[in-house]
Amino acid sequence: MDDVMLRELTPSVIGVLLHRGVDFATAEDAVQEALVQATLTWPDQPPADPKGWLVTVAWRKFLDGYRSEASRRDREQRVGVEPPPGEAEAADDTLQLYFLCAHPSLSPTSAVALTLRAVGGLTTRQIAQAYLVPEPTMAQRISRAKRTICDVKLGAPGDLATVQRVLYLVFNEGYTGEVDLAAEAIRLTRQLVSMTDDTETAGLLALMLLHHARRPARTRADGTLVPLAEQDRSLWDTTLIAEGVVVLQAALGRDRLGEFQAQAAVAALHADAARADETDWVQIVGWYDELLRFTESPVVRLNRAVAVGEADGAAAGLAALATVDPGTPRHTAASAYLHEKAGDLPTAARLYAEAARVAPNLAERHHLTRQAARIGSELR
Amino acid sequence: MAKYLLLKHYRGAPEAVNSVPMDQWTPKEVDDHMQYMAHFAARLEGTGEYVDGQALSPEGTFVRYDGEGRPPVTDGPFAETKDLIAGWMVIDVDSYDRAVELAGELSAAPGAGGKPVHEWLEVRPLLTELPTVSE
Repeated sequence: MDDVMLRELTPSVIGVLLHRGVDFATAEDAVQEALVQATLTWPDQPPADPKGWLVTVAWRKFLDGYRSEASRRDREQRVGVEPPPGEAEAADDTLQLYFLCAHPSLSPTSAVALTLRAVGGLTTRQIAQAYLVPEPTMAQRISRAKRTICDVKLGAPGDLATVQRVLYLVFNEGYTGEVDLAAEAIRLTRQLVSMTDDTETAGLLALMLLHHARRPARTRADGTLVPLAEQDRSLWDTTLIAEGVVVLQAALGRDRLGEFQAQAAVAALHADAARADETDWVQIVGWYDELLRFTESPVVRLNRAVAVGEADGAAAGLAALATVDPGTPRHTAASAYLHEKAGDLPTAARLYAEAARVAPNLAERHHLTRQAARIGSELR
Repeated sequence: MAKYLLLKHYRGAPEAVNSVPMDQWTPKEVDDHMQYMAHFAARLEGTGEYVDGQALSPEGTFVRYDGEGRPPVTDGPFAETKDLIAGWMVIDVDSYDRAVELAGELSAAPGAGGKPVHEWLEVRPLLTELPTVSE
């Protein structure tokens, strides 16, 4: 049975139930139950029309559920005045689901969890695994999110930027459980691109594809980080890179630049270099300048300072870094790198050790400790 | 089976024998140390004695309820407390002796010069509820 196909059908099946007057939380529950049944019965009896099968079973689950409820007469009357069941316009409903699940009244973590379930079709267990939390914790988070948006009517105008942010959060969660969230984010963003006419959504997709393409080279077998300059570029996925570049160029050609497109342009320039020393740092600095027109992010300024260090030399990079808030994440690590490049090894060793202490994760801490150890050995 | 918490200390525990700061090791010594820790956890997973473990950031604050309003946050009522715990591991073993044996082994992780760091680990039993008697 094709797991991905099952997940792809989820949002449109929820959409059909919503069209029949079922509220979001109930529809979502009914479809989850139908999905569970599908995983049990499909391997033996594959249906001729998977979507029709899911709609029928989900509808039956919904009816079962509400016949047993005390308020059943009220609800039946409400359903009685709804339009008769019919096939819904799937694409429109799915887009509305994206907006609903990324609703601004939800916290980012809730929006992500709900998107993965309702739009992505993942089970609670899969989402819990991906986030390394117990299943009951994730189940609570999802049901709280559903309660929060239970009064939001489907069809309220959505904010595409919020949806993009949620998908980007999903992408950055990476891979821990049986479902690869980065691949899942790409699948959902592809779907979103096909439903909208938006250059920034395309920019986001390009950015994801270009980052994802480099993932096989980013860590060694034992989990340690490999910096971009040292990566084995033959491990990069050239098909994904080519697709990312095509998507990006089509978006850039429409002359409506935004943050994601500018970030994707930087990623594309990295992907374009056959060797680290062939990287076009001058153009990368140019794209960071573009990016700064859209955001005041100190992280962008920090990355720009490192790029300036590569394009114009360590001294210029350190000068650019001096204008960045020292509290910015990875400021110390960038400073260590630029000091090493400038030949000031004792300062670099001290800064690497300091950066290791404040590193946000184990892989980075280990990497920075090794850098400190490497320079320390050179100095002795 | 009983669960024990193994606490790795940054400082606060008696000085380790081989106490060279990690950033002054060679890159190979750093790798060997990390690999030793990973192997140790993997082996306990194999014997069914591993429960969970995490490394902790040296950042930390003390918080307490002090009446209505935002609770006070301080560096701690004791000196250097936030430097104390570097990481922890929970193991589920047959006996206290086994917990001590494993902690001793973990404390022998290689450090500078490839020699064991001899760091002090704190071993504390987890308090669990009594088994429920249903009939």
